[in-house]
Amino acid sequence: MGIISRGFGGRRRESVPGLPPGQYLTHDFPVLSAGPTPRIPLDRWSFTVTAETGERKSWNWQEFTALPHEDVTVDIHCVTKWSKLGTTWRSVSIDTLLEDVETAADYTMVHSFGGYTTNVPLEDLLDGKAWIAYKFDGEDLEPEHGGPARMLIPHLYFWKSAKWVNGLEMMAEDEPGFWEAAGYHMYGDPWLEQRYQGD
Amino acid sequence: MSKLDGNAMAGDLGEIFAFDVTAARYTCAGCGQAEAIGALMLWGQEMGRVARCPHCDDVVLRLVQANDRVFLDLRGAVRLELPLAGS
Amino acid sequence: MARAALPGRLTWRAATLTEARQETPSARTLMLDVPDWPGHLPGQHVDVRLTAPDGYRAQRSYSIASAWAEGGNVELTIQRLDDGEVSPYLTDVLEVGDQIELRGPVGGWFVWRETQPRPVLLLGGGSGVVPLMAMVRARGLAKARQPFRLIYSVRTPWDVLYRDELPRHVRDNPGFDLYLNYTRKAPEGSPNAPKRIDVATINTHGWPPDFEPDCYVCGPTTFVETAADILVALGHDPKRIRTERFGGTS
Repeated sequence: MGIISRGFGGRRRESVPGLPPGQYLTHDFPVLSAGPTPRIPLDRWSFTVTAETGERKSWNWQEFTALPHEDVTVDIHCVTKWSKLGTTWRSVSIDTLLEDVETAADYTMVHSFGGYTTNVPLEDLLDGKAWIAYKFDGEDLEPEHGGPARMLIPHLYFWKSAKWVNGLEMMAEDEPGFWEAAGYHMYGDPWLEQRYQGD
Repeated sequence: MSKLDGNAMAGDLGEIFAFDVTAARYTCAGCGQAEAIGALMLWGQEMGRVARCPHCDDVVLRLVQANDRVFLDLRGAVRLELPLAGS
Repeated sequence: MARAALPGRLTWRAATLTEARQETPSARTLMLDVPDWPGHLPGQHVDVRLTAPDGYRAQRSYSIASAWAEGGNVELTIQRLDDGEVSPYLTDVLEVGDQIELRGPVGGWFVWRETQPRPVLLLGGGSGVVPLMAMVRARGLAKARQPFRLIYSVRTPWDVLYRDELPRHVRDNPGFDLYLNYTRKAPEGSPNAPKRIDVATINTHGWPPDFEPDCYVCGPTTFVETAADILVALGHDPKRIRTERFGGTS
């Protein structure tokens, strides 16, 4: 449907084999945001895990960056159809953060400075599948890309990799976060093209 | 500061409502202020329209276009006041 | 006589470029033929959609520059943004005879209707002058008597859109006044040094608040916020101030 615009190419992108269905390879790093970029001074930063019992475990920036970290290289897939391959991030594994946390919950809500939320099943955060990243491509993570620190969950659409992350809350039931409540898929597997509710 | 405002939603909203909604006034569920839909601060880019109250930044409206459906979430507006034709 | 867009199904349709006019080295006016165009009000805009051969789509909104006259074209004035995805295509690639997809007219808030009795104050920053020009043109076509004042802020004299037409409106349509504000470079011999719009500019060249003018502010976000804040600070009722942000931050 619709007409093709003669000579229109749009932003640089390629359709390459091996990408999840419907995705294009991009060479830049588009910035999407649901609101103004929070500016969080490092001495105000904290990350808190809250169990369903109400019990909490917190790290300030010094404590967080002193944790064992790894440099991971992953492919990321945005629901708006761009994919970026081989992105490198210095990160702390969620396994590390949840080591001493007792929980019987199956679901989590990721919280961010500025109020953004996204829901992720607990098992999708464990066993080396998710991190909190604070450097991208060797440089401190810029605020517009989620700095000081963001979630990194490469096996799900990138809206689940919440920017400006400040907490993880255990939940007994799955509940929709910001974009999920607005119509996006509760889980978001790019390989099954789970973009919207009902997909 | 967002780059666009609610006026840029006129086309998307015009495919849902049979009349132009940008002149409608919403009452913000967050701060209680009333303002024209056209004055909302627009975010979201290609993911969808996230329209925030210019006074308190709370989200008033979210619009997501899926392949064959449109999701319109208005929980951030406690009321809409719509001018009728002829006014 | 202009009339509002009729309610009903708003859909994408094909528009054909019939003519183009270069306004400045980086801005071009497109004259588009849109079959069954219902007419539009000054201040309304259209959404333009481009589709690449592989199905990739990009969409942007552009204000209608022309006042509606029966059987007339729809005119859009496009300012090329160097890092833009859509505007360079419209200013540099689109040729007479080509088609684009268009949805509209839309926008019922940032609109001037001839039935509004009050004086009108227009503040345009850069390409923000486009919808305001539609209002000036509509006033001229209708020989309307409401006094209009346009404060148009640009970087340099070479950036002025409608450079020849604006003085014609001043001359031929009594009650229209224009003040050009330069932010980077003023014309030779100008008494004023370049500067951004400020309280003094709007106070001197706008309408006093007790005239209760209808105010329209359009342009990049910083311009709109600054100008609207100044209007409120000067005593204009916020309910009479309508704003339209164009993207970009300068």
